[in-house]
Amino acid sequence: MQVVTSAADLAERLSQTGYLVDEGLATIGYLALAMQRPLLLEGEPGTGKTALAEAVAEGLGLRLIRLQCHEGIDASQALYDWDFARQILHLRTVEATRGDEAIDQAEIEKSLFDERFLLSRPIVQALRESPVVLLIDEIDRADDEFEAFLLEVLSTNQVTIPEYGTITAVTPPVVILTSNRTREVHDALKRRCLYHWVDHPGLQRETEIVRRRLPGVSHQLAEQVARATSRLRDRGDLVKPPGVAETLDWASALHTLGAADLDLEMAAITLGAVLKYREDAQRVRASLDKLLSH
Amino acid sequence: MPLSPERANHAAEEVFAAFAVAVRAAGVPVTLDRSQAFLRAAATVGADHQSTTYWAGRATLCGSHDDLDRYDQVFAAWFSGESPRPGAPREAARKIQQADLGEGDGDGEGDEPDQTALRVAASSTEVLRHRDVADLSSAERAALGALFETLRPRAPRRLSSRRRPARRGDVDARRTLREQLRRGGEPVRLELRRRTTRCRRVVVLVDVSGSMSPYADSLLRWAHTMSSVNRQGTEVFTVGTRLTRVTAAMRLRDGDAAVSAAGQAVPDWSGGTRLGEALQVFLDRWGQRGVARGAVVVIMSDGWERGDSSLLGEQMRRLARLAHRVVWVNPHVGKAGYAPVQSGIVAALPFVDDLVAGHSMATFERVLEVVADA
Repeated sequence: MQVVTSAADLAERLSQTGYLVDEGLATIGYLALAMQRPLLLEGEPGTGKTALAEAVAEGLGLRLIRLQCHEGIDASQALYDWDFARQILHLRTVEATRGDEAIDQAEIEKSLFDERFLLSRPIVQALRESPVVLLIDEIDRADDEFEAFLLEVLSTNQVTIPEYGTITAVTPPVVILTSNRTREVHDALKRRCLYHWVDHPGLQRETEIVRRRLPGVSHQLAEQVARATSRLRDRGDLVKPPGVAETLDWASALHTLGAADLDLEMAAITLGAVLKYREDAQRVRASLDKLLSH
Repeated sequence: MPLSPERANHAAEEVFAAFAVAVRAAGVPVTLDRSQAFLRAAATVGADHQSTTYWAGRATLCGSHDDLDRYDQVFAAWFSGESPRPGAPREAARKIQQADLGEGDGDGEGDEPDQTALRVAASSTEVLRHRDVADLSSAERAALGALFETLRPRAPRRLSSRRRPARRGDVDARRTLREQLRRGGEPVRLELRRRTTRCRRVVVLVDVSGSMSPYADSLLRWAHTMSSVNRQGTEVFTVGTRLTRVTAAMRLRDGDAAVSAAGQAVPDWSGGTRLGEALQVFLDRWGQRGVARGAVVVIMSDGWERGDSSLLGEQMRRLARLAHRVVWVNPHVGKAGYAPVQSGIVAALPFVDDLVAGHSMATFERVLEVVADA
């Protein structure tokens, strides 16, 4: 793993991967690396929380291991599981070949819970393969109980498996958690993390992001799209204000259609790339000229 | 910008430690480990620039979006400079508990032209259980509180992804292997497991406008009863000229205390109603994010909507798509002379799964059943 020496250094590395950060995120990202603390990112959907983890992995030259949380996720999906089919097969084989020898319960059990039957799920995988970037995505979707599994991992970088032993990371992984804030994450978990609220980028930075991500798009088009989406966000009457992801989708859609700039006609046919609710599209369609005016 | 000279005279660490204390005094829950983390973070980034200190403190001392505003204020005061974060002050944080519905005259007059007529027409059965709570004397109201205690609420259930041992279901490989091992590798029988159920979330929106004031107390008591059986999974809001979240008050054990705590939190008792706007604020700030998803949403209102009700219709359509079931409790349903013709209820009705009465103990019990079976 390459050593990051300062916030500016981190910002530079991320920018090389096409991810632009402001001073706040750069400082906090650097702190997370330097202090070896997990980073908890909250913010509206589409502000680039997940993309940050990908950029950090790429910028540091590390592998990204992603755990997508969902309701009812448990240890066997997030930490580890045993390969039961192979264990049972192994048991039958031992039985068939042992002949007349008496069966040694402890011996068999030991051979059953061997490393080769252990299936690593993302978290254990991250601990074993570290240094890696471990992304725990949308932690707010998991149940409260699941957060308890994470506490040991996040504070000591180890997982205890009763039948097997403790797995400890030699180098702690870089851990990034994201939350859309559909529910408040438990305080015990928050205390172990550095916290950052990710806002929508300003017009200039968003234009820059479009240019970096979609090199074919002209500066003029990028700026027009960024301005239009930022106006959409400011309206306040949309069910789902567009995020950076939608800005990129929109610019990419326009570029694919060969549009040199964002005019009324082009905007009307590509509106579905940026507004994903029928009500929103109807509302905006009615005042499309205002959206595009300078 | 470097720190001002008289501050720099102190050992930096002392200043930072005192700053953490000041942030805590401002109401941000700063624990000891948080302030220690701040000291380490500040040392890591160096104290040459105020802005790096700002970000170091924000990442370590704050734990929630709601803390950011207070942090900014203390930082600005403490280091007597502007906080380096660009942009306007965070409006959203102020709205967390209480969402303003904007300007507009919120007086309740003209909301209910037929209210008196309806009250007269109300049936008056002898038993308290069947009496309209709007007509009760204060002594009878007190007795009503005790009646609420006798209700036996059940929470609605839904399938959870968790599994537990069962006699029928899928194969539980882990337990099967354990069992087989215990018997020296002899396959005996398959252990099975199946999915369990969990409480489904219930969201209660209580209209506390002028036209609903005779019922608001009892409806909040009802919400408390629901909350008592499903503490983590019940969200309660009041609706008037504002939308106020009273979930925390409803979690108090004692029903009377809960209702009076909610009363203190709600600034707009007996004002006007703007149901459509309130619903929109609810959906934008809470509902769409997840609170209303898959939940049983109970709206307790008479459906008097001033002016245009198209917004209410539109928001009800949104709500119906998010919620598992929408129950509308109306104190006037089932009374002689009532027909759902008010503009608000007409707009909402196509998106309501159950329209039920809610004016007496007997009907409140019925509502509990409707919600539990949803």
